[in-house]
Amino acid sequence: MHDRGGRPTDAPIDRSEHELADWELLTDAVVGTLGRNGLMNVDELRRGIESMPPDEYEHASYYERWLYAIETILGEKGVLAPGELDRRLGK
Amino acid sequence: MNDHDHEHPHAAITNGDEPAAAARARALEELLLEKGVIRREDVRAGIDWLVSRSPADGARLVARAWADPEFKARLLADARAAALELGLDPGPSPVVVAVENTDAVHHMVVCTLCSCYPRALLGPPPNWYKSLPYRSRAVSDPRGVLTEFGVELGDDVEVRVLDSTADIRYLVIPRRPAGSEGMSEAELASLVTRDSMIGVSAPQSA
Amino acid sequence: MTYRVGTRVRVADRPHEGHHRTPGYVKGKTGRVERMHASFTNPETRAYGANGLPAQRLYLVGFAQRDVWPDYRGDARDRIYADVFEHWLEEAE
Repeated sequence: MHDRGGRPTDAPIDRSEHELADWELLTDAVVGTLGRNGLMNVDELRRGIESMPPDEYEHASYYERWLYAIETILGEKGVLAPGELDRRLGK
Repeated sequence: MNDHDHEHPHAAITNGDEPAAAARARALEELLLEKGVIRREDVRAGIDWLVSRSPADGARLVARAWADPEFKARLLADARAAALELGLDPGPSPVVVAVENTDAVHHMVVCTLCSCYPRALLGPPPNWYKSLPYRSRAVSDPRGVLTEFGVELGDDVEVRVLDSTADIRYLVIPRRPAGSEGMSEAELASLVTRDSMIGVSAPQSA
Repeated sequence: MTYRVGTRVRVADRPHEGHHRTPGYVKGKTGRVERMHASFTNPETRAYGANGLPAQRLYLVGFAQRDVWPDYRGDARDRIYADVFEHWLEEAE
């Protein structure tokens, strides 16, 4: 799914510029901080992204994939309890 | 492998102007702060570092390389050391390797597996670099992609695609444009675009 | 086994279920060692919480585009390069 090289596609490359939103910068910095604190390294981040269901991977934005990976990896490690983030969001 | 054991949809559901992911990111930070596994000042410092990164740093390296062949040799031999020599931050561990575009060889960079990119020297990657079509086609049809980006290469130019699959980050030294003779280093740097350092555009002097 | 620059190498074409950084399109392909990088922690174990040691030597391997994509449109000299860890390489005949 993540291994895209040479995958046939007619989709155009959207070259529009995008300034990172606050939440995207935040997500990036949280990942960096977790890495420096020894809680999640970049290889775990990538594995978490790669564990996304293919359909979600295709449709998620870049930092949505990162959020999925953080939740997955920190969930495995017991830092986040199952459903904890959803409850915080009132879901 | 590791199935997610909760059931919310992760798809890009938007809520007004902001995606649902924005609230999720903020709630996640809040939880991690409460748990004491991250500190707000460290997160802030991470954001500050990221927003301070820009292609201007890479452009300084390229401009110096254009102006000074000995510096170019040092940049090609050890880009990290060359960046430090100019007082630039080459970033944490991943190793930067510079490659040179010439009349005969054109390099372009992709990360087919994710989004590896010399962020310290170029800033965060553009969206198109992270996009699925670029990641798919840059390796199998680089000349087609270059045409889309407005770069037309003759058949006498060898195209080399670099897929940054591991710990190395690649920085392209584009060709110095004709008409830039006599320019100052600052003027040269202003010609060096982000995309030219990824290898999908060519600097112009006009 | 260390591979010198210029050595013809084949990328192993083996199944690997877990996280790894060898792109599918070079698996089973033969190329040439263009650079010997340093050694780096192994992402295949580090992705599961291990320390990634022993570190693995990383190589820049260049392939002829036409060897990778049979219907490649472009010059015969065009090349595709990928960074491949030593344990994915074998010497080609």
